[in-house]
Amino acid sequence: MPDGLFIFFAALTIGAAALLVLSRNAVTSAMGMILALVGVAADFFLLDAYFLGVLQVLVYAGAVMVLFLFIIMLLSDTEENPTTYPWRHALTGLAVFFFLAAGVLWLFVWSGAVPSNQVQFTPPEVSSDPLVFTTAAKSFGRLLYTKYLLPLEISGFLLLVALVGVVSISKDSKIQSE
Amino acid sequence: MEHTTLSHHLLLAGMLFVIGLSGVLIRRNLLVVYMCLELMLTASTLALVAFSRFNNTMDGAIFVFFIITVAAAEVAVGLALIVALFRQRQTVSSEKLTTLCD
Repeated sequence: MPDGLFIFFAALTIGAAALLVLSRNAVTSAMGMILALVGVAADFFLLDAYFLGVLQVLVYAGAVMVLFLFIIMLLSDTEENPTTYPWRHALTGLAVFFFLAAGVLWLFVWSGAVPSNQVQFTPPEVSSDPLVFTTAAKSFGRLLYTKYLLPLEISGFLLLVALVGVVSISKDSKIQSE
Repeated sequence: MEHTTLSHHLLLAGMLFVIGLSGVLIRRNLLVVYMCLELMLTASTLALVAFSRFNNTMDGAIFVFFIITVAAAEVAVGLALIVALFRQRQTVSSEKLTTLCD
């Protein structure tokens, strides 16, 4: 049996994800998404990845979801009409859900493909070996500026490209043509 | 952390991924479909962190760092595209965006 905190946050995450999928109102869906992301961040904390948990709350549950909520409230026509909804799509989705969920359950619980060892020790905060799992944010910085320097530069460039792209996409085409 | 094993975390990640995928199939609202896509991405990062922790390596955690960076950029571009689409067609329902089908 897993410990109580894991069960609590796993149930919270799954429930919030179900709310995201099943709610008819887009704002309620976004609230469910925020709750699911916070639940995933709590699981990061339970896995001793504290820095990633903080990043998940700040970037995903904070910035990204505020952007989502802003766009949802900006656009009208975000309520789905149940009378025109094609219910056979829902049947397809439910069938896919049950088949894949059964597959996931079998693969991770009964197939024996996943080793069932538990983590024996709490990870160190810092370590002289940069490649072992450590909890301090410092160890991220050390790897990001040595082994992963090129990916770091590329992701910085990607952020710049995304910034320019968003500005050029959302510029009003009528103003552009004048 | 005492009694949770790798398979518990993988099970949670897998269930989140399946819920996100069925949401993509069930929902018609483009914004909600996009949120379900993000949920699938988050589920994969959860699996990566679990593998990283249980194998005692830092690489998976660094990979998650990059995934969060790229996802933030991707969400900004995707939402800008949805707003541009809404400006053209006055709808975000994938039922009514069937120009390429007709």
